[in-house]
Amino acid sequence: MNKIFIGMGTCGLATGAGHVKTAVEKWAAARDMKVVVTPTGCIGYCKAEPIMDVVTDDGHRVSYGNVTADVAGFILDEVLVRKNYKLDGLLGQFKNGTTPLPGIPMIEEHPYFRKQVKYVLRNCGVIDPESLMDYRAHGGFKGFERAMGMSSEQVIQEITRSGLRGRGGSGFPAGKKWELALASKNAKKYVICNADEGDPGAFMDRSILEGDTYAVLEGMMVAGYAIGADEGIIYCRAEYPLAIERIKKAIEVLKSEGLLDAPVGPAGFQFKLRIKMGAGAFVCGEETALMASVEGRRGMPRPRPPFPSVEGLFQKPTIVNNVETMANVSHIMREGAQSFSSMGTQNSKGTKVFALTGKVANAGLVEVPMGITLREIVFDIGGGIPGGKAFKAVQIGGPSGGCIPAEHLDIKIDYESLKSVGAIMGSGGLVVMDEDTCMVDMARYFLAFITSESCGKCIPCREGTQRLYEILDSIVSPYTKMADEEENLLRFNRVLNMESLAQVIKDTSLCGLGQSAPNPVLSTLRFFRKEYEAHIYDRKCPAHQCKGLLTFSIDTNACTGCTLCAKKCPTSAIVGEKKKAHYIVDEKCIRCGTCHDVCRFDAVSVS
Amino acid sequence: METTQQTRPIDEVIAKYPKAREHLISILQEVQAEYGFLSTESINRISSYLNLPSSKIFGVATFYNQFKLNAPGRIQVAICRGTACHVKGSLNLLDSCRQLLGIEVGQTSKDGLFSLETVACLGCCSIAPAMMVNGQFFGRLDKKKLEYLIETWRASGRVEE
Repeated sequence: MNKIFIGMGTCGLATGAGHVKTAVEKWAAARDMKVVVTPTGCIGYCKAEPIMDVVTDDGHRVSYGNVTADVAGFILDEVLVRKNYKLDGLLGQFKNGTTPLPGIPMIEEHPYFRKQVKYVLRNCGVIDPESLMDYRAHGGFKGFERAMGMSSEQVIQEITRSGLRGRGGSGFPAGKKWELALASKNAKKYVICNADEGDPGAFMDRSILEGDTYAVLEGMMVAGYAIGADEGIIYCRAEYPLAIERIKKAIEVLKSEGLLDAPVGPAGFQFKLRIKMGAGAFVCGEETALMASVEGRRGMPRPRPPFPSVEGLFQKPTIVNNVETMANVSHIMREGAQSFSSMGTQNSKGTKVFALTGKVANAGLVEVPMGITLREIVFDIGGGIPGGKAFKAVQIGGPSGGCIPAEHLDIKIDYESLKSVGAIMGSGGLVVMDEDTCMVDMARYFLAFITSESCGKCIPCREGTQRLYEILDSIVSPYTKMADEEENLLRFNRVLNMESLAQVIKDTSLCGLGQSAPNPVLSTLRFFRKEYEAHIYDRKCPAHQCKGLLTFSIDTNACTGCTLCAKKCPTSAIVGEKKKAHYIVDEKCIRCGTCHDVCRFDAVSVS
Repeated sequence: METTQQTRPIDEVIAKYPKAREHLISILQEVQAEYGFLSTESINRISSYLNLPSSKIFGVATFYNQFKLNAPGRIQVAICRGTACHVKGSLNLLDSCRQLLGIEVGQTSKDGLFSLETVACLGCCSIAPAMMVNGQFFGRLDKKKLEYLIETWRASGRVEE
């Protein structure tokens, strides 16, 4: 009997892992062989999805990437029948107690994994996330059992000693938060796991929930014990159907195992867990808004204090921790505070998971020790920028974060150093941008997101971000739209006030969302002021992204008059006779770029 | 979502929830999963069930992006507008999609086949640009791939598993 592991997280499924599974089963049936296909979570190397691991007869686990349904059978033939392991797409072999196969690299040595330290992601893509047995075989629930033998105070001390800080964005020390909740005297307390990963461009929490579901639940149970809560709620986004399904299953399994809804350990600790689906509101990542949403109201933040650890959900003491924090807790409890605090920098301990995406060769999920440089993440792990383009910046921390340009690539990643360059750790979205990305467009994109997600409770955020968006919009819009003299003057006036408006929003908004809303504008202004000036004074977009500022023209020498562009133009803005050079009527052009895309002679130029 | 599918009466859908406001969002989610959207009748029915003014329910339903107040198409196309997708050109993808379907974001085509919406982030940024269609994910899209997919669905009238 052979074991096959297939990465079936959301990104694996989207790239066809389901078809691979069918192909493997067909292959086995045709040869009358018995194979067990285990779906795993995501190992993080999303570029190579679908990923299939084959366990050989003598127990070696060898991993292959980019396995489509067509080649799955071929790989199985080679590996299991002909014992030939060196195939296209070979990622490496796992360390699992067997003597390594000669000539096959270890998966840890793969360039993508070499600089990574898998602490919280250790099980993702390795174990079957739906099997409690598999989780236990990898040390699962040892941490919870250890906690059961300690007092609440001792558990909190352990977490405090580890130096774990909230992974959701603000970096508040987890131990401190728990201590406050423990100190609040109340018979009813809540533990909430914030899995409302609304930050566009981030998917760490999804991967952990899908790939190592039990670790998150174990962390919540430890937290419940530590603060004296008897109820836990996972607030998960509705956009993560697979994660929700797995959490639901896991809760049922834990119930049947007597770990939930029944007294456990010497103290008779009894805990219940339930899942609450979010309904799509970015502001619900803010803890007071999240609690309002759990109570069935509009997810609007309220002023703090009182802090949730004193007065939270249903006016009871509540702690809200992020998914990654909770998963870390279970590993810290098992391996001790030292295992975590030995990594990282002075004030930021442990590892951090980043969702590395955008214009980078190896997009995926990376876990690195704090203190690593951005350059190492983008170039050594990420493999640099594809297509020989130049690196421009990384956007870190989502809509509340900032851009870090090339000159700060050697910055060491921790909470404080990121703040010093106007960015934040955030939940860990790391979007790489190359020379083709326009920074004004990025700022405008984030502002558009914020304006639609602002809850509307406080004026600076509701009105201020709207005005800020309008200013950015006017910067990238063509002049012709604003023929009016007066309107043009007003426009300049607004641009002049843009920076101070951003500052006012930052200083006066009610919650973290509003206070950080102008960050994308402020940070791009700080590092890419020239680009703004090019838009405002020269009416040019250096990256050719802002459509309103582009002019399309046809090179009369290169044009063969094939009429293809004229046929495809949605507004009939291209005129010309057959076999003669064509022209674009600028007034009619909507800058859709279709002519540029379809031209086979490179005759359409953009400036 | 097949229109031919039998739907349960609304009272049956909501009966399993205790009559408390904290279950409002879960109730709305379940009702929408059953009917595809929240009709005025549904909202009124939930209102009397929870003893909560319809206006409050309307307030909650419009606050969250998930809830729809109009009937969606049988094939619901949701284009991801997350940061990674934006950097990889999801705006152009959205434009192509609007042209191909002949509808704007938030609308349903006249024949009731397609509806188009955007989502903040699908969380599969590594395969950007991405979209979700009837719960299935499609990644690494470009104009050509999108054209092919939509033509296939238009011809068959449904999304293959």
